[in-house]
Amino acid sequence: MNVKPYGDASDDGLVQLSFTLPIEEGERARQTALELARKMGFQSPQVVHMKAMGPDFTFFVMYGSTTHVVDPEAIEIPDREFPELAYSEVNRVIREKLKRRLVVVGACTGTDAHTVGLDAILSMKGFAGDKGLEYFAGMQVVNMGSQVDPSAIVEMVRAERADAVLVSQVVTQRDAHIHHLKEVRDALVEAGERDRLILVGGGPRFTPEQATELGYDRIFGRGTKPSEVASYLAWAISNRISA
Amino acid sequence: MSEFTRALGRLNIDKEALSECRELATEICGPIEDLATTHTTESIERACLRLVGVDGVIGAAVEGVPVPNLVVEKIKASVGLERGAMIPFFHAVESGCGDIGSEAIRIASGEREVSWPEDFDLDIAMERARREAAHAADLVASARTRREGVIGEVGEAPKPWFYEIVATGNIHEDIPQAQAAAREGCDIVAVIRSTGQSLLDYVPYGATTDGFAGTYATQENFRLMRAALDEVGAELGRYIRLTNYASGLCMPEIAALGAMERLDMMLNDCMYGIIFRDINMQRTFTDQHFSRMVNSLAGVIINTGEDNYLTTADAIESAHTVLASHFLNERLALAAGLPPEQMGLGHAFEIDPDVDDQIAMEIAHAQLIRECFPEAPLKYMPPTKHMTGNIFQGFLYDGMFNLVGALTGQDIMLLGMMTEGVHTPFLSDRDLALENASYVFRGASTLAGELRFDPGGDVERRAAQVLEECRQMLRKVAEIGMFAAIEAGMFADTVRTRDGGRGLDGVVGRADDYFNPVTELLTERTGAIG
Repeated sequence: MNVKPYGDASDDGLVQLSFTLPIEEGERARQTALELARKMGFQSPQVVHMKAMGPDFTFFVMYGSTTHVVDPEAIEIPDREFPELAYSEVNRVIREKLKRRLVVVGACTGTDAHTVGLDAILSMKGFAGDKGLEYFAGMQVVNMGSQVDPSAIVEMVRAERADAVLVSQVVTQRDAHIHHLKEVRDALVEAGERDRLILVGGGPRFTPEQATELGYDRIFGRGTKPSEVASYLAWAISNRISA
Repeated sequence: MSEFTRALGRLNIDKEALSECRELATEICGPIEDLATTHTTESIERACLRLVGVDGVIGAAVEGVPVPNLVVEKIKASVGLERGAMIPFFHAVESGCGDIGSEAIRIASGEREVSWPEDFDLDIAMERARREAAHAADLVASARTRREGVIGEVGEAPKPWFYEIVATGNIHEDIPQAQAAAREGCDIVAVIRSTGQSLLDYVPYGATTDGFAGTYATQENFRLMRAALDEVGAELGRYIRLTNYASGLCMPEIAALGAMERLDMMLNDCMYGIIFRDINMQRTFTDQHFSRMVNSLAGVIINTGEDNYLTTADAIESAHTVLASHFLNERLALAAGLPPEQMGLGHAFEIDPDVDDQIAMEIAHAQLIRECFPEAPLKYMPPTKHMTGNIFQGFLYDGMFNLVGALTGQDIMLLGMMTEGVHTPFLSDRDLALENASYVFRGASTLAGELRFDPGGDVERRAAQVLEECRQMLRKVAEIGMFAAIEAGMFADTVRTRDGGRGLDGVVGRADDYFNPVTELLTERTGAIG
């Protein structure tokens, strides 16, 4: 069954929208907004509010009836292997399954001095309004910073009895990011620590599909939020304990 | 709109508790002041070099390493930093071509060895350093007179000041947005820094276009934005203030660059970097003392970061930690010669909107801080934590924040964006935020003057409770000491150790013959403790 927006009657298709045009306020601006709305697929659009924002910009509030319809049943919903959990759920899963704090060691390795990604995920401040792993009561985070040797990561993993390792790579020349991630994995394998760890890599040049090739449990790409990583860790640790 | 007044004397607060909090803060900060005045850092030495005219980078734009960094590294590696960078640097200048800029480049590029002078050469180096330091101090102090000059020409903005943020990553894109915001009624523009800049141990160079969720703080970006705001200020007949972040590993250098380029406000907290950025506490405490002396002399209003506590901790349970931190920030500012009228103490409207009577509680918190710091230009931060994608509800929520700001006489209002947490603000989000704030402040200005609180009522009792909890917390901190308190996670529930975090390797104990006439003059002219 096809649906369209519901304003105050079935199938009226009414939508409210607001936007700014980079032109001077006036009749020409108003007509431009109306024409734009028609091109967006709105029938009988109306400008209900128009306001100059300085000499160069105009703000509009508009209504229009969309001509488009969609069948909800025909939509395919892609699956992700882990569910996105809220802050309290992440903590609850860790508490119930692990019965102690989940210990996370994070580092930028190799020549990469850019801790932007690592800090976005780990530090309290987080990224884009999403708090980092340090914020989670159920996690204990060790942020080793930049240019950390794989051997130092192994040492820290042992000293802290880490449950998970996060390796970040931002800058890359000639696939250095892939090389550095493999170095860390090899060092952990050699030390006999790899199998008991959740090994996670991340950076703007990676895609999740690379996990198998790199020998990681999960790879996160550009724009990943800390809450996604937290949800993944909670899911992964509960899988391990159940298994 | 009636003239701005600070709403004072409306809450019956316990004067004895208030003075005890101040005494405790003085006691707590003593060891921090001792640390700051017996140590230097690489960033402090670099800031001093910048103030005497060292600038530029070696290498191509993106890969370029700042000359001040290279000079300090070479000095540290050859003669050490315990006695400061000034003597070996000016020895190189005096025994070389005499020109500061070109000799700095020679040292930076390795063409020129650094050495420690003896006898007559030492006297010459010291004399030159003193002369240049006097110019440096004059340069910092001139920020204030230059600012007063421009305000005299274009006119002062009436309070409260509406504060907005731009953050495109590209300075050339930031400029039209900042000018548009000013034309819509904004009085203060803050250019958010690129993610991670606080953790860089150098200041990037030149005009930049590639910031990530913000624009790099560079001297050239400061200069470009300052010129753009002066231009729009002249058009509007209202001085538009510019803000950046003297925080992170380069806190002293950013303060120095801000003074040179006449910034008006600086985020400059005594603890933010330690707690939220895992910067080493010795580094931060040493750097903040120096940067506050610069800000003091330059007439810069600092903004402290207590609002951040409430973005992580609960705004009701942790309200007293905000106040406690205000007393510490106040004490450390005074120790750095920064007067109350330049202390933009920060706090926030972050109580869960689902809690009953939260408006009364927000009023109690805001009014309590107003009463405790009557001369400070308080900076009030809008809701962020409980903002959702429901922008309509968010707009109302911001309106209530504005109302509480109007009723409690907050000087600096950071305007809430209804799209907070959704995306970086649209041009229209800022305009709507200004409409919201202008409506509320115009509509409630008389009301603010009429308002009194019921003696012994909810607002007064809540304020008394927060002040008492603050006193208890400061007593505890005083008992174990500030360093131990941070190690115990008493601030924002975050544990940081004395030797942990970033930047400790850049902290150097001052030798008995440490020589830095820039620091000396800043200390002398601000009345800071030295």
